[in-house]
Amino acid sequence: MEIALETTTAPTINGFELVYKKPSTLTDTPFHYCPGCGHSVVHRLLMEVIEEMGIQEQTVGVAPVGCSVFAYNYMDIDMQEAAHGRASAVATGVKRILPDKFVFSYQGDGDLAAIGTAETIHTVNRGENILMIFINNAIYGMTGGQMAPTTLLKQVTSTSPYGRNKEAMGYPLKITELLAQLPGAYYVSRQAVYNVNSVRKLKKSIEKSFAYQKLNKGTCFIEVVSNCPSGWKMTPVESNKWLEENMFPQYPLGDIKTPKE
Amino acid sequence: MIKGTVLIDRDICKGCELCIVACPQESLGLSKQININGYRFAELIQDNCTGCVNCALVCPDVAITVYRQPKSAIKRAG
Amino acid sequence: MEQEKISNSIAGQKTGEARLMKGNEALAEAAIRAGIDAYFGYPITPQSEVLEYFTNEMPKRHGVVLQAESEVAAINMIYGAAGAGGRVMTSSSSPGISLMQEGISYIASAQLPCLIVNVSRGGPGLGTIQPSQGDYFQAVKGGGHGDYHLAVLAPSSVQEMADFVFDAFRIAEKYRTPAMILADGALGQMMEKVVLPEEGSLPKTEKPWATTGKLDSRDRNIITSLFIEPERMEVINLGLQEKYKQMQSEVRFEEFALDDAEVALVAFGLSARICQKVVDLAREKGIKAGLLRPITLYPFPHDALSKLSEKVNFMLVVEMNAGQMVEDVTLAANGKCPVYFKGRMGGMIPSPEDVLKELESLVEKQSVSQD
Repeated sequence: MEIALETTTAPTINGFELVYKKPSTLTDTPFHYCPGCGHSVVHRLLMEVIEEMGIQEQTVGVAPVGCSVFAYNYMDIDMQEAAHGRASAVATGVKRILPDKFVFSYQGDGDLAAIGTAETIHTVNRGENILMIFINNAIYGMTGGQMAPTTLLKQVTSTSPYGRNKEAMGYPLKITELLAQLPGAYYVSRQAVYNVNSVRKLKKSIEKSFAYQKLNKGTCFIEVVSNCPSGWKMTPVESNKWLEENMFPQYPLGDIKTPKE
Repeated sequence: MIKGTVLIDRDICKGCELCIVACPQESLGLSKQININGYRFAELIQDNCTGCVNCALVCPDVAITVYRQPKSAIKRAG
Repeated sequence: MEQEKISNSIAGQKTGEARLMKGNEALAEAAIRAGIDAYFGYPITPQSEVLEYFTNEMPKRHGVVLQAESEVAAINMIYGAAGAGGRVMTSSSSPGISLMQEGISYIASAQLPCLIVNVSRGGPGLGTIQPSQGDYFQAVKGGGHGDYHLAVLAPSSVQEMADFVFDAFRIAEKYRTPAMILADGALGQMMEKVVLPEEGSLPKTEKPWATTGKLDSRDRNIITSLFIEPERMEVINLGLQEKYKQMQSEVRFEEFALDDAEVALVAFGLSARICQKVVDLAREKGIKAGLLRPITLYPFPHDALSKLSEKVNFMLVVEMNAGQMVEDVTLAANGKCPVYFKGRMGGMIPSPEDVLKELESLVEKQSVSQD
């Protein structure tokens, strides 16, 4: 059964019903991410939830400096571009002016857990009613694969060419567990997008977070353990395997703090 | 057996193969030709797609649109 | 006579009634009356009273006050809140303002209106908490990276600490630019009579560009300072430079006894108050002195000083730094008359007598050279 390969989103083709298409809240700009990168999967899930909840007009996002610096090219919502490390402070400013809107910040590991550590901790400690999304791929992707705070011991990067050693470069930072201790953290979870199952679970986590945000009970924080095929110098398929074998032991998946309903 | 199919935007696809490993039916493979960006793109290599949406869920570039046979049609066919 | 009950809440005070207030508090009260939506700040002497005032008053009135974890966080909260359409303000003192420079550069590029107050203190480094004007260059030349400016107003009284809040927001919102009030520790800490501006007399401005949640009726709004294509980045820069040209019309300065002046003092802020006294003392000694006080440090009163340099024998610039505005005055004079400098550093304040002595020796030296 030869189907024309150009994309269409016609409701039916030869009697087959449309069951999955790109969410309308994503723009038509193709993603610039490297092949296989988890960033754009998280972008899509975020926009799917915003579409399904019908809150495109109620949501303001804050993009970081890092690979996802161009997030606002893809997300068809009002967005702001923050200075490196400051996305959660910018999001705080937005939320304090627009308390009834949904606000999220989206950051990588260097942005959130290195230069932005103080902003990260204090935003959560104030229990700002925002969703903080944290993409942990254990490397600075945009600048060419340097070591990040979450880089694993012995992991080779462009600035840990002999593998990260704790004597000189300290330990992989489990910022999410740190933040879960803070009373301001209402819902804290660590997810991934390395296979179908994890993608489904992450979407649920995002849905929960937006639902929680309406309750004004504190900060929702989702870490997404993700891959970096280019930085890790692997194919996308290999990177997800490596991630499972090496990242998950250090960064175990699952809800770390869930509200007592 | 439910039948389905996928439309893959060959110019958006970057040949990352994540859909190929996610497909339970092994319906997908990389093309021989390359697209305008120089990537070999994913395409249907067998006609046993069930429209399960796995490929679209993992696709980082939202290149895949999925269609599936409606249940009513299966009863009639079954 | 029954003691008239003085309401401790200044809000209740009838407009037009003078009141004794500290500079920092007059500034904060004026900001509330200007209808700010939010203030983000951080404690630092000599301006912590601004943050304290907001934490006392805002809960009783309106607006968000948030003590951030650092000045870096505070200026980025300003960025977010201004980008969301809020009328917002922060304040700090020299070291804190240095921490804000990156954020201010982003705010200037993203064209976000806001007010930043620097109650300057002696530097460099941790320095002292005494007043200084050592941040002139940082304020006027754009202290962060890239080509940009802030509108900079320099008060020299508690009254102006209050009034300039309204002027700064008006300019900031008219041109979509960050505005700065460059004050100092003395102006912040001193108490003087002040007539407070009327509450709510600064109209809100439309901000269709703000990220308030994308309406169906419009494309999404993006607040950013990232323009990766150089062609685009240059267009952004050309736009900023055009804006700064238009902002020249906002220039303000004040003249004292310049009509018949043979020598002119040039000073802003606290130094200008001292020079006013020097003008009187000099005239008592037969020296026809006058004073030009720049009120907007950016836009700088270049033309006024250029004309003045054609009229007077010399100009004496007085500052509380090692000599910063003197460079701009020299540029304005463009060799048409000598420009001298008298300054004190480290938080020391020049006394009228110090300046008068300098003025007299310059007059003498100048008349000797004319014989």
